[in-house]
Amino acid sequence: MRKIYLDNAATTALSPKVLEAMMPYLTTVYGNPSSVHAFGQEAKKGLDAARDQVAAALNCTPGEVIFTGCGTESDNTAILGVAEKYKNKGKHIITSSVEHHAVLHTCEHLQKQGYDVTYLPVDEYGRVTAEQVREALREDTILVTIMFANNEVGTIMPIPEIAAVCHEKSVLFHTDAVQAIGHVPVDVKAMDIDMLSLSAHKFHGPKGVGALYCRKGIKLPSYIMGGAQEKGRRAGTENVAGIVGLGAAIKLACDNLSENAAKMAILRDRLMRGLAEIPEVKLNGHPTERLPNNVNYSMKYIEGESILLKLDLSGIAASSGSACTSGSLDPSHVLLAMGLPHEIAHGSVRLTLGDDTTQEDIDYTIEQLKEIVAYLRAMSPLYKG
Amino acid sequence: MYTEKVLDHFNNPRNLGEIEGANGIGMVGNAKCGDIMQMFIKVNDDGIIEDVGFKTFGCGAAIATSSMATEMIKGKKVEDALKLSNSAVVEALEGLPPQKIHCSVLAEEAVKAAVEDYEKRKAEKQA
Repeated sequence: MRKIYLDNAATTALSPKVLEAMMPYLTTVYGNPSSVHAFGQEAKKGLDAARDQVAAALNCTPGEVIFTGCGTESDNTAILGVAEKYKNKGKHIITSSVEHHAVLHTCEHLQKQGYDVTYLPVDEYGRVTAEQVREALREDTILVTIMFANNEVGTIMPIPEIAAVCHEKSVLFHTDAVQAIGHVPVDVKAMDIDMLSLSAHKFHGPKGVGALYCRKGIKLPSYIMGGAQEKGRRAGTENVAGIVGLGAAIKLACDNLSENAAKMAILRDRLMRGLAEIPEVKLNGHPTERLPNNVNYSMKYIEGESILLKLDLSGIAASSGSACTSGSLDPSHVLLAMGLPHEIAHGSVRLTLGDDTTQEDIDYTIEQLKEIVAYLRAMSPLYKG
Repeated sequence: MYTEKVLDHFNNPRNLGEIEGANGIGMVGNAKCGDIMQMFIKVNDDGIIEDVGFKTFGCGAAIATSSMATEMIKGKKVEDALKLSNSAVVEALEGLPPQKIHCSVLAEEAVKAAVEDYEKRKAEKQA
């Protein structure tokens, strides 16, 4: 049976080239980078090279890159760090209602500690505007954190405009760019971003490693306490092989970004056109301002998890925002924030393309989904044909 | 996540669809929560459920529990169908994930709703 992986927003396959770059650090180069001897210093070289690669990809200096354990840790470090550091200046944070839980749950935690959080509503496409941020800014606002691109619906936020509004009032701006890196151009200097989170496994790097870009001059307390690794900004012996993998992966992804993104967008559009042929479906997310690898449709009158199970039987891996896949009775907070009624949110399917996705994969997926939707609708008491 | 039995009933649902001459129809659940089950029964003069069918909007577990429930009441007396418990459905499916137990409750309620509808129609007829 064909196997088609269309869940690249969940995680991606490790690139063979990345694995090759990592291998020495999983085998012969085992020294601790903090050690003074040759074993340690050789590992340190790997770390330094990876830091240079991340800095080149983001257009920052190597000293502004902090390696972490994952995207979630990067988000936690930035938000909790700013909250702690600037609590005497103010206790107000602005975010959006469609953030990843790594941001939302961290903000909710801070609310319990006496912080005030504004969750900006989004439009039908899942976007917030710079104007909304401007109106929400207060004297006591210490941080604005808005994601670069949404993980569920792929909508890209107007990041440079939002950053500019924040800086008019000298408020720090953080962005969770976990889904954006490797798919859309990200330049922290040109976009005037103060802090940015990323995760290696979203762009064909290994799991268990992320990074936080933190603009020079912003001194955040270490989220993990211990040794002086990462210049005292993140304690714990470095995941050297993982970090080397992150460096190799971000270089590969960003070196070929425009070419890959253009190729992927053609396939994405083909998939969107194919699914739009199914009656009574709804595209979720922005029609054009969206990640080149993201397709998200709601199939009315049927439920997402049963679509996923049927797709899985056809060898296709996808994801859904239905309650049954969220572990609660409510469907995706992103789709609800975009104004979708519950029953339509339950029927959402997310298909996220990867570097290896082919046109044949797309055509097969369209054909299978058409059949699956017709089959499930035939058994749905809501569908009147 | 799901047992083979659940996947079997999801992939090859038994008694799927509306049936001819149904004299009891029940619908439970709501679209907001993501599960709706509709159960059709045809009860003969001896009070035996001769035929049964279902339609379901919902997840894999919702479809599998509906399918299993229809199998468990087909050929049974109406009063025995009323005794069908959600735990018996779960057991017959060799287990469900904890967050899916509510689907089996819905299946039990769907059977009860169909029987209630049948009893109501019968009483109306006799009146």
